[in-house]
Amino acid sequence: MTDLTKLTIAQTLSGLKNKDFSAVELTNAYLKNMQNKRELNAYVLETPEIALKAAKIADKHYQTGTNHALEGIPVGIKDLFCTKSIRSTACSHILDDFVPCYESTVTQNLLNAGAVFLGKLNMDEFAMGGSNETSFYGPVINPWSKDEPLVAGGSSGGSAAAVAADMCAAATGTDTGGSIRQPAAFCGIVGIKPTYGRCSRWGIMAFASSLDQAGPMTKDVTDAALMLEVMAGYDQKDSTSTNIEVPHFAKVLGQDIKGLKVGIPREYRPEGLNKEISSLWDKAADILKARGAEIVEISLPHTKYALPVYYIIAPAEASSNLARYDGIRYGLRVNGEKLDDLYINTRTEGFGPEVKRRIMIGTYVLSAGYFDAYYLKAQKVRRLIKNDFEEAFKKCDVILTPTSPVSAFKIGDESMKQNPINMYLNDVFTVSVNLAGLPALSLPVGLDHNGLPLGFQLIGKAFDEETIFKAAYGLEQDVGFVRK
Amino acid sequence: MTYTIKTAQNEWEIVCGLEIHCQIISKSKIFSGASTAFGDDANENVSFIDAGMPGMLPVLNKECVHQAVKTGLGLNAQINKYSVFSRKNYFYADQPNGYQITQYEYPIVGKGCVKIDLPDGKSKNIGITRIHIEQDAAKSIHDLNPKKSYIDFNRAGVGLMEIVTEPDFRSPDEAGAFLKKLRSIVRYLGTCDGNMDEGSMRCDASVSVRLKGEQGMRERAEIKNVNSVKFAMQAIENEAKRQIEIYEQGGTIEQQTRQFDQSTGQTKFLRLKEYADDYRYFPEPDLPPLLLDDEYIENIKKEMVELPDAKKERFIKQFGLTPYDAEILTESKETADFFEQAATGHDGKKVANWILGDFFANLNANKLSLDQSPVTPQMIGELVDLISRGVISGKIAKDVFVMMWKTRQSPSKIVEEKGLKQVTDTSAIEKIVDEVLASNPDNLKAYLDGKTNLFGWFVGQTMKASKGAANPSLVNELLKKKLG
Repeated sequence: MTDLTKLTIAQTLSGLKNKDFSAVELTNAYLKNMQNKRELNAYVLETPEIALKAAKIADKHYQTGTNHALEGIPVGIKDLFCTKSIRSTACSHILDDFVPCYESTVTQNLLNAGAVFLGKLNMDEFAMGGSNETSFYGPVINPWSKDEPLVAGGSSGGSAAAVAADMCAAATGTDTGGSIRQPAAFCGIVGIKPTYGRCSRWGIMAFASSLDQAGPMTKDVTDAALMLEVMAGYDQKDSTSTNIEVPHFAKVLGQDIKGLKVGIPREYRPEGLNKEISSLWDKAADILKARGAEIVEISLPHTKYALPVYYIIAPAEASSNLARYDGIRYGLRVNGEKLDDLYINTRTEGFGPEVKRRIMIGTYVLSAGYFDAYYLKAQKVRRLIKNDFEEAFKKCDVILTPTSPVSAFKIGDESMKQNPINMYLNDVFTVSVNLAGLPALSLPVGLDHNGLPLGFQLIGKAFDEETIFKAAYGLEQDVGFVRK
Repeated sequence: MTYTIKTAQNEWEIVCGLEIHCQIISKSKIFSGASTAFGDDANENVSFIDAGMPGMLPVLNKECVHQAVKTGLGLNAQINKYSVFSRKNYFYADQPNGYQITQYEYPIVGKGCVKIDLPDGKSKNIGITRIHIEQDAAKSIHDLNPKKSYIDFNRAGVGLMEIVTEPDFRSPDEAGAFLKKLRSIVRYLGTCDGNMDEGSMRCDASVSVRLKGEQGMRERAEIKNVNSVKFAMQAIENEAKRQIEIYEQGGTIEQQTRQFDQSTGQTKFLRLKEYADDYRYFPEPDLPPLLLDDEYIENIKKEMVELPDAKKERFIKQFGLTPYDAEILTESKETADFFEQAATGHDGKKVANWILGDFFANLNANKLSLDQSPVTPQMIGELVDLISRGVISGKIAKDVFVMMWKTRQSPSKIVEEKGLKQVTDTSAIEKIVDEVLASNPDNLKAYLDGKTNLFGWFVGQTMKASKGAANPSLVNELLKKKLG
């Protein structure tokens, strides 16, 4: 019998519909795989009982023909999503044993579509990090690791590793500065950060409200389209979600891309860019060209400011968003003599070093006397970055860039440990997309000399994920990437 | 007369501005669906948003916006079609998110103006600087347990309007008159119930002093949370005197926050402004800017009711009231409506006298509110009519009023049943007069001998003999004739 965990969602759905296997059999296969691969540390909580219960219901639905879009599909949920009656911690000590009594809108959408939840996935603490090393539960090991353990990327490292290692059919992720796309690239899978406002943020623990977006992480482009269609949608409970119809994304897959204009930003090709990445970039562009697309050079002149702007705005919002974790109402409480001591003790013990660093940066840039020079200036430059994209999209339909300047690195990298900026530099290609609120999908395009996957992202116009899917599907067809 | 504080050496002037927090009347809180009911059990009306749970997002309550715009129009203020919510960051146990959602740079209402009437009959315009809308904090309860504080989140998230005035007040009386006028306006509009003792209207006063004729302003002290009009006036006066004493002893005033002590009527030092928190305001990323259009504002204009100033003017013109009576009758809309119902079709001035006299006296003596009154406006109108038409005398009317109060019967019915109609039949009265004269020969003789001050005694005797029913002017007339 074939290994059910190797199937894509599309294949799985057809197997379930044909009664080739049951949802319970499928779920059991995944649960077994999760057990076998626990050393990857992808899950921080496995929920086999909940999964099997849901799988049984899914089987009933198939029997009665009342099956929904993702009926019986076993998925993993990033621990940033609040899941009703299932512990949700954002992989932070401060939310030890926090069990929400509400379900995030995105995960509710998945449940409504019949998805089966396998458990909660590891991530960087409060999604702050690019290697999953800031998790209170320890780093995730990249399934592509050979001699020494490599990072899975971050912050959605557990999600990426779980998908790559067939520990779930698909996973949810969130992306504030590249947290879906970079781990997807590191683990050789597909991940899309949709347009800001496409998915509801309600029930997702906020990191940086103006940048956070949920999105799927999947084995291929088709699965990403299937997942996003279910996850997305306007939500009255999120005032920043956009009331716009969710297209039937899968419909565009396989459509002709003849005449599609693919932009290559000049500024993203700095001197000294990794040669392997350069040549894969050319390869990807050639594939698209061969399919009839037109390659155009574009300019995103303010890109060079994207990283500093991001590392002002995201921490600023985070410093405020994380103020609610104060030990008063839920989560960890470390008592103290006075109220201030309770705050200090709780937050000192509850937050890890990276979270503390960002709270401090954020508090600093919002302080009286620094606000104008940092936060306000950053907001102005953010506007310029957004304008750059608007200008560029007058010349092209989609933009092709690398997802990350590097492939997966080893856990405990000294240079990054000593200087967090070295870690932040990995976000150089991804953050501008969040600052502009645009959709972008990362897909694996090839391997580097160490045999590690390298991903490229296709950036689209706001609410034009369809063009991205169309181009990504074409690229995926010809790139010949072999999943782990 | 300008108010000044005279000392042995100098004449001082007060400069004062007010900030008033008004709880908005709305069914649910400003950013959540929880009820705003006052007096429910502690922590009864708390949504996940109000409790600052992870992943929760605010959704603006349209009703609160409507109320703020209405209030702005009532204060003759500019309505800003573009306003922005901001976060005011600070840690306190009654602030569940670690920040308050408020408006900072771009408030919903801009400059306005309120006319106040002063005891000396003059009026003055007070400038409104702005109104912004924000969420209330929870309530900390420190006196239930010596070692613990309790928090009631029912109030957390209730909508507030913060109304800020220009430093236009030059006397405690002006501030008192403004608070009363503001309370009256918001009650007319139904945007705030104005109950200072319940905390639904709370006042902070900024007070400084300067020598009469001095230009510019000196350092000010801000007095927090004064919860009655009387206390506000007391706080301003005593704070001004305190500052004057310091200046005259050669001292200086530092900008500071003070607290009003109800038991002493004095203000107490709380903190210096230089130690004030840095609130790190920044635009609330969970809420888009609030945009209003002309049509929206015009529609609210159409809902505007006649406000106290306009009503007062109309009462003076329409019913011939004195400005003083009109002022009292229009202070609350309920009283004004009661008066108007009673006065329509009757002698308004006399109706006013009855309402301000016997009617209010009875309400107060019985500790009843207007809507609990056993006497209806119609009864008062009818009573005044009975007097005007000479059916009963003013004296009898007082008795009728007492009976009305007791029995809730209409005055006509009481007069009818008790036979209180004035005797206006000349022959009947003449008969009584003759009897009185005949049975008092000594006094009659004395009168005729020149003791004319006995005239009143004869009137009294006649009235007594008629059991008060005789028309007093007819009695007078007949007696004069008989006694020559």
